[in-house]
Amino acid sequence: MDRLTYFPGCSLKDEAKEFEISAMAVMEALELPLVEFERWNCCGTVFSLTEDDLMHQLASIRNFIRAQEAGSEEIVTSCAMCYNTLKRSSLFVNHAEERLEKINAFMDEEVAYEGKVEVRHLLEIIRDRIGWEKVEEAMIHPLEGLSVAPYYGCMLLRPKQVGIDDPDNPTIMRDLIDALWATPVEYAFQAECCGSYQVVDHRELIVERTYRILSSARRAGADVVITSCPLCQYNLRETQSELKEKIPTYDEMPVVYFTQLMAIALDVDSGELPGPLLARLPIEEGVGKGEG
Amino acid sequence: MSEQENATIRIHVMGKTYRVPAGLTIMDAMEYSGYRFIRGAGCRSGFCGACSTIYRREEDYRLQFALACQEMAEDGMYLVQLPFTPAPRSQYDLEKVDPTENVLLQYYPEIARCVACNTCTKACPQDIEVMDYVQAALRGDITRTATLSFDCIQCGLCTMRCPADIKHYHMAQMARRIYGRYLSPVPEHLEERLREIEEGVCDSELDKLVAMNEEELVIAYAARIREEE
Amino acid sequence: MARKELEIIEGLWEKVEELSGQNIFACYQCGMCSAGCPFTDEMDMLPNQVIRGLQLRDWNTMDCSAMWICASCFSCQVQCPKGVDLAKLMEAMRQIYLRQQLDHVSIDDMTPEQISKLPQIALVANFRKNTG
Repeated sequence: MDRLTYFPGCSLKDEAKEFEISAMAVMEALELPLVEFERWNCCGTVFSLTEDDLMHQLASIRNFIRAQEAGSEEIVTSCAMCYNTLKRSSLFVNHAEERLEKINAFMDEEVAYEGKVEVRHLLEIIRDRIGWEKVEEAMIHPLEGLSVAPYYGCMLLRPKQVGIDDPDNPTIMRDLIDALWATPVEYAFQAECCGSYQVVDHRELIVERTYRILSSARRAGADVVITSCPLCQYNLRETQSELKEKIPTYDEMPVVYFTQLMAIALDVDSGELPGPLLARLPIEEGVGKGEG
Repeated sequence: MSEQENATIRIHVMGKTYRVPAGLTIMDAMEYSGYRFIRGAGCRSGFCGACSTIYRREEDYRLQFALACQEMAEDGMYLVQLPFTPAPRSQYDLEKVDPTENVLLQYYPEIARCVACNTCTKACPQDIEVMDYVQAALRGDITRTATLSFDCIQCGLCTMRCPADIKHYHMAQMARRIYGRYLSPVPEHLEERLREIEEGVCDSELDKLVAMNEEELVIAYAARIREEE
Repeated sequence: MARKELEIIEGLWEKVEELSGQNIFACYQCGMCSAGCPFTDEMDMLPNQVIRGLQLRDWNTMDCSAMWICASCFSCQVQCPKGVDLAKLMEAMRQIYLRQQLDHVSIDDMTPEQISKLPQIALVANFRKNTG
C-alpha cells in the first residue's frame, strides 16, 4: 500500500490531538495511511517575510532533510499554518540557488537538502489522489441533513502561489462536504482571518472576529463549522464563552476539524467531539470514536 | 627542533601565548601557564559543568566547545574560560505545579522562539541532542525532554550560544523534576514495602534484633537466610 | 544594549524596501488592500495610508499601530492589482524595530497562568512576529 510522509506539527501532538487521531483514522480507511517521519521539528508556524532572513527558514529545511532521509520527496500535513510555512520556505529556497547553498553550508551537520521535497496539504491529497467518489464510497454514515460551513481561514488559500484553491472563490471544502452528503453553507466570512496570533495580546480582536465569522455562518444556516488549523480552531472555539458573557442569548456553534467530520461519516475514530455537535448529528448515538 | 621543544605545545590564553608540555588537559595547561582558577573549575572529572570552555584552533574558523578538565590541549588552541552562564531559573514550587503538557512553556515561554538552528546541540560537550529535547518540550512531551537531557551537567554552553535566548538546562531540569515527581511509573514493590513499614509489619522482627546481645547477633547472622543466586 | 526608542537610521526607507523586496512606488493608491483588510477598525492608519506614508517618507508611518495589529493574513497581498506585497512591507517595518531589540511583546511579563490558557501555536507565531 502507498503511504504518505506525514508532518504533524506540534499542535497535533498536544492541543489538537483530535485532528491527528481523526486524520490518521480517515486516511487508514481510505487506504493511503499517514506515516510520521522521524525527528521532525517545529516549522515555526509563520513564514518569515523578509528577503534576507535565512535563519527562520532553517526549521522548514531541516524537516525537508528528514523527509529526504526517509526517502520521500513529499511531505503531507493537515495543519494549515504548517502547510503555508513549509510550502513558502520550499519556494523561497528554490527561488535562488544561493539561499539553499548558504543554508546547507550552515547546516553542515546534516546532509545537504537537494531542494526536491514537495509540500502538500491533506485536502489536496484527498481531492487529487483519492477523489471525492472514493470518499463517498467509503462512507458508512451519510451526513444528510447536516449543514456544514467550511472555514478556510488564511493559510490554505493565500498567497496564490501556495493556495490549494482560489482565494476568492474556494470550493475544495464544499466538494468535501458534498461528498459526505451534508449540505455546504455559503457565507461571506469563509476565508476571512480569525485573528491568528493576535489572540495573545489582543484577545478582544479575536472575540470580535469570532462573532462576525460564526454569526455569518449561523445566519446562513450552519449546524457546524469545519476548519483545518489548530489556531483557527482555538480562536473560534474558545472565545465563544467570552461571546456568551457579552451576549447571553448567544448559542454555541460547534467547530471541528474537517477530518473529524470525515471520521464520523466513515465510522472511524474522530477523537473528542463537542457535545452540541453530537446533538445535531443526523445519526444514531454512539457515533464518534469509531463506535457508530 | 630539539627533543625538549617536541614535547611542548603553544597555547594562547586570552590572546597571550604560552608554551606548555604536551599531554595536558586545557585546565592543566592553563594552570601550568600560571592561571589560578577560583571560578570555572570544580570536580575536574567532567561531571560538575563548571569548566565550560570555548576555543578556536589556529587554522579553523569554527568556534569549539569543551570542558577544560576533559579536553586535551592542542598546539595553537586559542582559549578562554567561561566562569559562569548568566541564566536565572524560573521560580516554581514542584509540589504546586500542574504537570500539564504545556507546563514547560508556561515557565520557560522563550522555548517558543526556538528556530531549530541546532547551535545548542553543536555546543554541547556531552553529545546531548539539545535541540531535540527543546523540540520535545515545545510539543509537550515532558518524558522525552527528561530522557534526552539526562546527561546534562548544566555547563551552560548551549544557553550562551542560543540566538533565541533559551535557558535549555534550566528548562530540562524542570522537565526531569516533573517527570520524577509526576510522570515516572511508581515502583509497586516500593509502595508495598512503604505500606508494610507504616503498618508495622516488620516492627516485631526489628525489636527482636535490637534486643539481642553480640553473641546472639553473631549466631543469627551466620544463620541468616540468603537469596539464591 | 537596552534601547527604549527606535533609532532613526540613515537609509531607513531603503532598508524597508530592501527587507521587503517591494517597490513601494508601484502602489497607485487604489485602496483594495484597505478594503480587504479585516482589522482596519483597530488600526490607526489604513494599510493604503501606510504605504502612502512610506512613499512620502513620512516619519509618522513608523509610529503606526497598524503594523502591529496586522495579523499577516495576506488579504492585502492577494488583492493588490499591482502585485505589491503589503504583508512583506508590514513585516519589514516590524523588523526595523525588532532588529533594534525593541520587542513588541514582553515575554517576561507573561505569567504561567496566562500562558496556560493559550495554545502554543499562537505563542510561537506571536513571538516570531513580535520579538527579535
